[in-house]
Amino acid sequence: MLLIHYSYKNILARKLTSLLTVFGIGLVVFVFCAVLMLSNGLGETLIATGEDGNAIVIRKASQTEVQSIIYRDVANAIKADAAIEKDADGVPIVTSEILVLINQNKRSNNKPSNVPVRGVTGMSINIRPAFKLVEGRMWQPGTSEIIAGSKVAESFQGCGLGETVRFGMRDWTVVGLFETGGSGFESELWGDIDQLMDAFGRPVFSSLTMRLANPEEFEVFRARLEGDPRYTVEVMREKEYYEEQSKFTTIFINAMGVTISIIFSLGAIVGAMITMYAAVANRTTEIGTMRALGFSRRTILFAFLTESLLIALIGGAIGVLTATFLRLVEVSTTNWNTFAELAFSFEISSEIVLYAFIFAIVMGIVGGFLPAVRAARFRIVTALRAK
Amino acid sequence: MSKSFVQLHNVNKSYWRDTLEIPVLHNINLDVPEGEFVALMGPSGSGKTTLLNLIAGIDRPSSGEVSVNGESVSRLSESALARWRSRNIGFVFQFYNLMPVLNAFENVELPLLLTKLNRRERRRQVETALSIVGLADRMKHYPNQLSGGQEQRVAIARAVVTDPRLILADEPTGDLDKQSAEEVMELLSRLNKEFNKTIIVVTHDPRAAEKAHIQRHLDKGELNHL
Repeated sequence: MLLIHYSYKNILARKLTSLLTVFGIGLVVFVFCAVLMLSNGLGETLIATGEDGNAIVIRKASQTEVQSIIYRDVANAIKADAAIEKDADGVPIVTSEILVLINQNKRSNNKPSNVPVRGVTGMSINIRPAFKLVEGRMWQPGTSEIIAGSKVAESFQGCGLGETVRFGMRDWTVVGLFETGGSGFESELWGDIDQLMDAFGRPVFSSLTMRLANPEEFEVFRARLEGDPRYTVEVMREKEYYEEQSKFTTIFINAMGVTISIIFSLGAIVGAMITMYAAVANRTTEIGTMRALGFSRRTILFAFLTESLLIALIGGAIGVLTATFLRLVEVSTTNWNTFAELAFSFEISSEIVLYAFIFAIVMGIVGGFLPAVRAARFRIVTALRAK
Repeated sequence: MSKSFVQLHNVNKSYWRDTLEIPVLHNINLDVPEGEFVALMGPSGSGKTTLLNLIAGIDRPSSGEVSVNGESVSRLSESALARWRSRNIGFVFQFYNLMPVLNAFENVELPLLLTKLNRRERRRQVETALSIVGLADRMKHYPNQLSGGQEQRVAIARAVVTDPRLILADEPTGDLDKQSAEEVMELLSRLNKEFNKTIIVVTHDPRAAEKAHIQRHLDKGELNHL
């Protein structure tokens, strides 16, 4: 304990160099955390889009709703499946929807990006309990009215409450704003499916979403639908489907971010190494004294590694703490699976904190190891003579 | 004559600078009985510190044998030697060599970390050692808050805190004013008389050496009686 105390006091004794090293490591950990929080936020947003117990049906091999086509007769046959839960009135809880991308300019830079427009039914809202109309009202059936997710309303021109957006050769008025607990639906425009199918000239659905009466029998349900030669559909749990949607972008963000972090970390490691070499050089006599008192080479190695680790841990803690403030920032990016713009926040998790500290510890050990070895290898007589 | 506590037998020590051999000690033979107070004197470069380092086990002889209390120091492995030093030797340096970031108490406590004593026992021993050197009221002071003489007394407390039987001091008064030097030598003399510590002091200062019972003179690496 006293040795840790000794290491800690030595860090305090060299305030400026220690602070700069802490800052360097903190910065790298911050970038590392930010990247992981970014991909985690994206994943969380998309996973939250799915409901437990819901299943989604799309055309086989289409991968996303945007590319999927489900004919009305197939949809009707699937809707009659006994595995789908029924509401109090005996109506199956299933909705057929279309999803189409439109091009709309962003408020921030006046540049176009893809906005998903979802044609929904009354059941679409029942099936998604997180749905909440936060401003305005629902559309009137048979009119060119739509409602907008809160994030799309904020980010895109013409999508705010009372504004008009043009697509499908019609002007659509946004009459309400909705939220769905931070999920991906908040980046969509919703309207009446019949109006939208008509406007887009699409006689087919994109997907079917249903609540299963017994979610544990999902595999049986899937096998039945996917095995039926009339359908050629793919059935997924809704959560898994949306998780899959985030995969490509998440992998890209992670790979790029972790590569950048590792390159940055080399700088931080060199910084830590210089600091620790300087510490060893300044304390050569102290090292000689400790060895003369009977401390082993291993203890000296441990003391200097501890010092380097303490610096790294303080840097790590500062990096993680600073990164948590990123939760207040909202970003949007194109989801490369669907090519639709998706808004989400940086999300921290206990795993990210753990990885960040492991990363900091690795930087501390790698940066401190060679100087610590040098300290441990001093000949006592030579070290005692140093001034 | 009483049995030797420190014994050097035909000890030679040379250093190498590239291919050049620099002899430092020639054929040293020394017997120090337990409880003795020995002063090793001699001009700079005569090999006094090297001799002390060999006895302390922080350096090894080129040939010959160094033994302390029957233990052949020169034959111990590196790690065994470190353990042996922590149990048997108290070392006092010319420039005190206190850890500047630790206070007096923590500096004295340092060698006790190598023992199995618990925190309470360590505290008791540190307090006793600091009382012996008359600095019980300066426990919380850092080295830069102490005078040179006080620093050296803290270093002596650190040397005695593990209760070693042998105390080696390398020019302990070399960096001190006259009065502090006297206090330090008086303290070493007390440790010898009251606590029966065997003390070997390297010094230039004849006045400091007067406290010792035996004075040996080193000149050009050879040991003579004064």
